[in-house]
Amino acid sequence: MSFPWANEYKPQAPLMQWLDEKLPLPRFVYNAIGAGYPVPRNLNYMWNFGVLAGFCLVIQIVTGVILAMHYAANAGVAFDSVEHIMRDVNWGWMMRYAHANGASAFFVVVYLHIFRGFFYGSYKAPREMIWLLGVVIFLLMMATAFMGYVLPWGQMSFWGAKVITGLFGAIPLVGEPIQTWLLGGFAPDNAALNRFFSLHFLLPFVIAAVVVLHIWALHIPGSSNPTGVEVKSESDTVPFHPYYTAKDGFGLGVFLIGYCALLFFAPNALGHPDNYIPANPLSTPAHIVPEWYFWPFYAILRAFTYDFFFIPAKLMGVLAMFGAILVWFFLPWLDRSPVRSGHYRPLFRKFFWFGLIPAMAVLFYCGGAPAEEPYVMLSQIASLYYFAHFLIILPVVSAIERPTALPYSITEAVLGQDEGSVLAPAAVPHSA
Amino acid sequence: MIRIISILVGLFFTTALLWSFGNGAAAFIAEPPVATVEHEFHKHPKEVHFASDGAFGKFDHQQLQRGFQVYKEVCAACHSLRHVAFRDLAALGYNEDEVKAIAKGFEIPAYNPATGEVKTSPGTSTDYFPPVAYGGQGSPPDLSLITKARHDGAAYTYSLLTGYGPQPAELLKQFPEAKTPEGLHFNPYFANLNIAMPAPITSDGQVTYADGTKATVDQMSKDVSAFLIWTAEPKLDKRKQTGWAVLGFLLFATVLAYMAYRNIWAGKKGH
Repeated sequence: MSFPWANEYKPQAPLMQWLDEKLPLPRFVYNAIGAGYPVPRNLNYMWNFGVLAGFCLVIQIVTGVILAMHYAANAGVAFDSVEHIMRDVNWGWMMRYAHANGASAFFVVVYLHIFRGFFYGSYKAPREMIWLLGVVIFLLMMATAFMGYVLPWGQMSFWGAKVITGLFGAIPLVGEPIQTWLLGGFAPDNAALNRFFSLHFLLPFVIAAVVVLHIWALHIPGSSNPTGVEVKSESDTVPFHPYYTAKDGFGLGVFLIGYCALLFFAPNALGHPDNYIPANPLSTPAHIVPEWYFWPFYAILRAFTYDFFFIPAKLMGVLAMFGAILVWFFLPWLDRSPVRSGHYRPLFRKFFWFGLIPAMAVLFYCGGAPAEEPYVMLSQIASLYYFAHFLIILPVVSAIERPTALPYSITEAVLGQDEGSVLAPAAVPHSA
Repeated sequence: MIRIISILVGLFFTTALLWSFGNGAAAFIAEPPVATVEHEFHKHPKEVHFASDGAFGKFDHQQLQRGFQVYKEVCAACHSLRHVAFRDLAALGYNEDEVKAIAKGFEIPAYNPATGEVKTSPGTSTDYFPPVAYGGQGSPPDLSLITKARHDGAAYTYSLLTGYGPQPAELLKQFPEAKTPEGLHFNPYFANLNIAMPAPITSDGQVTYADGTKATVDQMSKDVSAFLIWTAEPKLDKRKQTGWAVLGFLLFATVLAYMAYRNIWAGKKGH
């Protein structure tokens, strides 16, 4: 589906006409990310991150496939094979650093993409399915990143795998058998490393497939925009190409500068030194921490320090950690305000900037800090706000809030006036 | 309905968190955490500068050769360097014959599967630094990656090498039970303050440098730390050099992309 004024694909060259009859792939691309897709004209830079996330997925798949040609998923040689890539494979160091920092870059843009959705209400009808698929992508990314971090078989790989699979051990009754089954043993070893490698190779392609669904679902209602007012007429939109391809090109350049600065000048800044020590089941690192992009959820996991009635603290932490992401699935139905954009929601906006954002910042910080005071108490307060925000505050705020006046249309928001809005009141008799 | 369920679930999690917070706070007040000797006396690494630091930093090959000499004559007695091959030493500025001569100085064990014998033979340039047998207290780590495997990298190794000394009287006064045990050595830069390794670099002139540099304890510690930056990241120079070329290109391309963007949007107000 698209808007009636969307440009139509008209191939000129005979070859393209021939191709269009047999397999209209160029037409598909034209309508998806070409001149055939009308997009709101008022998108701000927060709308750049979807394309960037797609680009990151491509970086990860390309560098990952090359790394897999030189890596050996065997507990005896995995660590050394990574060093072989770093030292003896032509440009191997660049591939590995691009892949490791590419994961971080991917999470940076995806977090910004998600927070764009939080603020501008991108999850609301008619875009619930786009949002749900997005959360699925995020979960798949987390699984993929976690298993990827195990592959170098350093100390953090090993102990991270042990801690995370240990979470399943918290499930009552069946927990330990499940953990043993997942690992293929009682502790992470060759069986675990092999299956993690296999799944780490598979999941990015599953992500790619869900990304296709995500974009497909996006093209049904079309992109949202900063006003949250739906597209009304042709003057509200511009064709994706050249307008947003040009803007995304610039965004991509800025992103690549940041990413390459990290890759070439501080490639280990976001990693942990312990992962340059080969895995040793007999020596536990002083602080076991996951990669930075898991810190908020790790902080939530560790925030539950006392048994709650009959529920053990560990199980409570595991429930909360998974719950913290699963709650996003229900967001379209928890926030019932018909106004999408945070710009026109004064009360929501306060809770967003002074509640959710600081709470997430605290969780990010505390998840990377050692499990001692004051970090535990801080993460308890921040986790408390996190759950209250999504499960209590959003439903209540959307019921009691008085939104400010919305513009008539996107065109009016951009140009200050819209012929449609001028004509509409003029048609109403003055007697009213 | 969904909102009522949501609020109930929200209350469940927030109450559980309040419960943890309350109990934790009560325990914190009842029994404040006691200061540990590591917390009070562990020191952050010293400020030290290496030629390879920073975005423009490059290896100083003279220094790397001196550092290698320190490794060979001091560290190699206990520490292996298993990820480095002799051929890699060419990057320090040694020529082919010199590399061959260095390799020959090491005995490489080779296992013969037919006889079960382990025979050693002089190394060749394609061999890697051999394993080191060590029978004393502690377990000397392999040094190939040590500057990437420790927080603050080379500053840490430098501080550790120059940080030995007697335990401060204040420490023993505050923590009488924390006296360094027999066979260990006090070093405030080591995580738990007591390290099995005795001070390896103890006196000026312990190594005689071929290039005439005065071999002070400080100089030798710095040189070997610089060498260990190289063993951990031999492609460092290449990486930064590539990085500048890539950033230069990206800057140019991004400016062009920005101009294209402004140009295309020129007719549309608001973007």
